[in-house]
Amino acid sequence: MGGWAIAVHGGAGVDPNLPPQRQDEAKQLLTRCLNLGISALRSSLPAIDVVELVVRALESDPLFNSGRGSALTENGTVEMEASIMDGPKRRCGAVSGVTTVKNPISLARLVMDKSPHSYLAFSGAEEFAKQQGVEMVDNEYFITEDNVGMLKLAKEANSILYDYRIPIVGLESCGAAAESPILMNGLPISVYAPETVGCVVVDGQGRCAAATSTGGLMNKMTGRIGDSPLIGAGTYACDLCGVSCTGEGEAIIRGTLARDVAALMEYKELSLQEAVDYVINKRLDEGKAGLIAVSKTGEVACGFNTNGMFRGCATEDGFTKVGIW
Amino acid sequence: MGWAIALHGGAGDIPKDLPPERRKPREATLRRCLEIGVAALKAHKSALDVVELVVRELENCPHFNAGRGSVLTTDGTVEMEASIMDGKTKNCGAVSGLTTVVNAISLARLVMEKTPHIYLAFDGAEAFAREQGVETVDSSHFITPENIERLKQAREANRVQIDYTQPIKKAPKIAPVPEGDQIGTVGCVAIDTQGNLATATSTGGLVNKMVGRIGDTPIIGTGTYANHLCAVSATGKGESIIRATVGRDVAALMEYKGLSLEDAAAYVVEEGAPKGTVGLVAVSATGEVTMPYNTTGMFRACATEAGHTELGIWSSESNE
Repeated sequence: MGGWAIAVHGGAGVDPNLPPQRQDEAKQLLTRCLNLGISALRSSLPAIDVVELVVRALESDPLFNSGRGSALTENGTVEMEASIMDGPKRRCGAVSGVTTVKNPISLARLVMDKSPHSYLAFSGAEEFAKQQGVEMVDNEYFITEDNVGMLKLAKEANSILYDYRIPIVGLESCGAAAESPILMNGLPISVYAPETVGCVVVDGQGRCAAATSTGGLMNKMTGRIGDSPLIGAGTYACDLCGVSCTGEGEAIIRGTLARDVAALMEYKELSLQEAVDYVINKRLDEGKAGLIAVSKTGEVACGFNTNGMFRGCATEDGFTKVGIW
Repeated sequence: MGWAIALHGGAGDIPKDLPPERRKPREATLRRCLEIGVAALKAHKSALDVVELVVRELENCPHFNAGRGSVLTTDGTVEMEASIMDGKTKNCGAVSGLTTVVNAISLARLVMEKTPHIYLAFDGAEAFAREQGVETVDSSHFITPENIERLKQAREANRVQIDYTQPIKKAPKIAPVPEGDQIGTVGCVAIDTQGNLATATSTGGLVNKMVGRIGDTPIIGTGTYANHLCAVSATGKGESIIRATVGRDVAALMEYKGLSLEDAAAYVVEEGAPKGTVGLVAVSATGEVTMPYNTTGMFRACATEAGHTELGIWSSESNE
């Protein structure tokens, strides 16, 4: 085995009635980002650089829930978070509560590379961004019409919604599309983290890396932090593998999903796919989530217990796949 | 079997010549908190209630780096964070960036019990605190002269410190602060008479930290973790604890590799993180307790129903 491998995702938990045109758009975006990563790998860019550049591309596109196109807080604003981890020395960086930084994943990388800390949030993260001279924009830049509509519906239904990218025609169709609320923490709220994005890579030198970025839950309380910036939950990378998760943030945190894939490989000597399957089947309880993972020997794997997960993967020997279901 | 409890007031390069006036109040608080915890366990309070109440006491004590007595950010302010986890259900709650909430751990518990979320931070957390009517005070309440001095020293040395270096009045001849000169954080783990496990951790973070810096304490799986096998609360250098996913790793070693609590915790502390960066307290479902650290010392105390009690700072028999 060996060789590079890459996987990308655009979220777990997909509307079964997602219109074909939307499905195509999603697949095209995943393909484009996958190809960006593949070119970079062929140019021998290290894994950590590849995951960052792929996630930047996903953030910049309004289709999924990260960067531009992020879900909105209860106040109608965007608060983004992201994390990145470099397998070889398990260095990591994370940000939360980012409101004006165009590419949160790059800010997370700067936290890792240029600050004495691992995680910066809210005004401290913004201040650091200014000092670092990263590209900053108004919060409005991230807000799309689609999401403004979704927020309105979520408030009317008084719940946290699936972030289906369906055109809004009225309450009826939304009511039909949104499944009945799933209980979480005993409260009637459906908490699929809509369309978080992520990328995992193992490069030609066997180095793994992982990156995850999101706007979080539609209609979330301001200040709410999910799994995406939490090392061990939404993101993890070590010598053996790189993992990025998506789905119900709370379930991913409780299940320490990303770390567990690696721990199963390390402590129970499971293979990558076995570890991924174990985690999805046994570590989620009632929760719904998905993840992508790569191993240092060039394998790629994904798993999800939702009805779908936007994903794409490729390996050096020519295997490529982009899918939703 | 039976109940067991362990608590800590931080691991770090605690100098062995710590003056009595700095050592005794801390020992007294550890003793008092242990007694409070033991009494609650004997009264059949749940592990979750016990860890919260013990950590509240530690937060209220100005000698530890949590609540009152929290170390200061580079701006001279406090930003407190905490998390709590119930081993039985794996429900958890966490908060960061608090500036006026008297007991961060209690707010973390409310996040767990009263919101659909796990983690709230900064303005959002403060707003939630007000909605919930928890006790809030002016931020100056948390700031102690010692910590102002520590910040000053850290600025002079232009580094980020973790607590316990002595604030000295004269120009300090500071030995280069080793990568691991650190402590801070308080925590408590317990197993109750029903066999349920819980953990709670609270901190002011790192001296001279950047505003907005979050450490391991509120990150479930790193500074805090509990499931049906064990409950863990870690302390030391946040950045190292995060990378080593300390809390989860102790439990994972037990679950996936069949190690005992003691062996799992020792492994994580000795192999998982660089020397001088981490300590932890942990209890298992079978009532065992362990308190390993790879720093010079760790303020700690524990007690079990079987009668074992310990309170200390450094290693008593230097078989470290």
